Amino acid sequence: MAINIYIDPDKCVGCKLCLGACPYGAIVVEEGKARFTEACVLCGACVSSCKFGAIIWEQPKKEEVDTSQYQGVWVIAETHDGRLAEVTLELLGEGRKLADTLDEPLSLLLLGNGVEPLASVAGHYGADRVYLVEDEVLAHYRTAPFTDVAVGLINKYKPSIVLIGATSMGRDLGPRIAARIGAGLTADCTGLEIDPQERLLRQTRPAFGGNIMATILCRHARPQMATVRPKVMKKLDPDPGRQVEIVREQVSLNEKTIVTKIVEIVREEGDEQVNLQDAEIIVSGGRGLRAAENFALIRELADVLGAAVGASRATVDAGWIPAYHQVGQTGKTVQPKLYIACGISGAVQHLAGMSSSDCIVAINSDPNAPIFDVATYGIVGDLFEVVPALTKALKREFGQQ
Amino acid sequence: MHFIVCIKQVPDTTEVRIDPATNTLVREGVPSIINPFDENAIEAALQLREKHGGKVTVITMGPPQAEQALREALAMGADEAILISDRAFAGSDTLATSYTLARAINKIGDYDLVLCGKQAFDGDTAQVGPGLAEHLGIPQVTYAIDAQIVDGRLRVKRLLESYFEVVETPLPALITCVKQMNEPRHAGLRGVMKARKAQIPTWTAQDIEADVERCGLTGSPTNVIRVFPPQRHRAGEKLEGDVEQVVQTLISKLREAKVL
Repeated sequence: MAINIYIDPDKCVGCKLCLGACPYGAIVVEEGKARFTEACVLCGACVSSCKFGAIIWEQPKKEEVDTSQYQGVWVIAETHDGRLAEVTLELLGEGRKLADTLDEPLSLLLLGNGVEPLASVAGHYGADRVYLVEDEVLAHYRTAPFTDVAVGLINKYKPSIVLIGATSMGRDLGPRIAARIGAGLTADCTGLEIDPQERLLRQTRPAFGGNIMATILCRHARPQMATVRPKVMKKLDPDPGRQVEIVREQVSLNEKTIVTKIVEIVREEGDEQVNLQDAEIIVSGGRGLRAAENFALIRELADVLGAAVGASRATVDAGWIPAYHQVGQTGKTVQPKLYIACGISGAVQHLAGMSSSDCIVAINSDPNAPIFDVATYGIVGDLFEVVPALTKALKREFGQQ
Repeated sequence: MHFIVCIKQVPDTTEVRIDPATNTLVREGVPSIINPFDENAIEAALQLREKHGGKVTVITMGPPQAEQALREALAMGADEAILISDRAFAGSDTLATSYTLARAINKIGDYDLVLCGKQAFDGDTAQVGPGLAEHLGIPQVTYAIDAQIVDGRLRVKRLLESYFEVVETPLPALITCVKQMNEPRHAGLRGVMKARKAQIPTWTAQDIEADVERCGLTGSPTNVIRVFPPQRHRAGEKLEGDVEQVVQTLISKLREAKVL
């Protein structure tokens, strides 16, 4: 038995509320009772629309899932300002490896509005196929319509593996999809591989603030889902000659049935790069900066390096910098190529958010600061001298090229 | 208005030990606290109650000793607490946990807003909140840094990668709360006294009419097969000398390591 959906005729009052909620136009009301048509793809969007509990949604018991029906590796795309997010490209690179090992196709699930040009880009980065769904309702990510469409297509095409970026979007969407279809989902993975014997996805992730690593398998339920930490997987060099098959999927979404509305996007600063999880290099400031205006030193160094600006909790709590800059267990977990910590002592919670960075440079006046325990290169000194000197030297260095 | 806060008791340490025989975490002997993000959820619920009236119910799924976390929440000012505890829940992954919590919340019945922490400090998954919202069939708003109820609708400011997003959704709904949302209050003496005397009911799988096939290890599609310590950075190198010299050394080292 796979997922099953049916209408309890004793509870259905024929109110037609579910008709508007169905993205596939797959419900009709006949003789005062709702009925599913052949067009139903089992997305489950209608279930919560019924005020009478008449739509029954049954998940399969795990030993009843026929895993052999599930094939292929999917990546769910994240887009920003008409571009594929870096993490999506990274997942295509990693997904390509997994798909090649399994000898199965790699597909991208691309939802949005006016995103068709991105399908060929996905091809250049490794996708064999793109499932494309375009609708005005999908212009900005929102949980409900993205879940409904993704679940419908997962149930229709039955991929064996589904990967999503462990971003605020992916970590909002992934668990919603997994809960609806009863799939196993592993959060914030930093390692993926195919078990050669069982052909299962081995998912490795940090827990307890990075103090332990756990490898997780999902034997029975399908698909095997994972959110994957940005900056860990490697994207492929784009091959503009690579062709991609585009499968356009029709849905009928209705803005009126989407209850959550985006009211406002608030940006608190100019053009500086603050997407820490996408950054190759992060320059972070801590309490050692002593005052909000001294973040200017951090920003200057970040500018020269093309880096994002990070911050310790203390500086955010002090109101020196907005919260989305915060690195650490209560902020963001980052894993850039280079992390430069300036005036950050290195509380356990901060280290949990950055200690897996490839290379860490610490600048701090206290030689006993715990940040030096994780630093690849430590400089004991006054950041008000070292940081400007570094900025100047780098300007000179880059200027010569 | 009825606010339900879901909390988790977590070990008060980042020092974890692994039982080599079972590959599971050893939690005995480690003091336990309310998951820090969940304290923000409690605080948010208390503030909303102060503004709109109603009550705050705190629930947790866990072993019998998790009752202590509920008492701490009562001491902060929550009105009621329920412990959801049964051997059948042991070994739950996020799917089984969210299913179980949903059964408990359905038994509670009337509610307007469910509040969770962004994620738990031990598992770091952030998956139970959205999973729970799905099982309840209500909208979710994750990463809340501010939540207000305006004309019966929920208005939430979300903390995203590089900006804030303000969304509106009808009630009932579920939010997950980030650390920067508020400063959780400390329990006062009166609260502590009240919490000590409070009766906390325990609900079992039977009480919440849960399908035990969907609970605990049986209901969990994911299985941890191996737990191991992470690779640590090798002991760092201290660069010394005058500032100009140190900075030059650093740049050449970074060049060598190809990070620049």
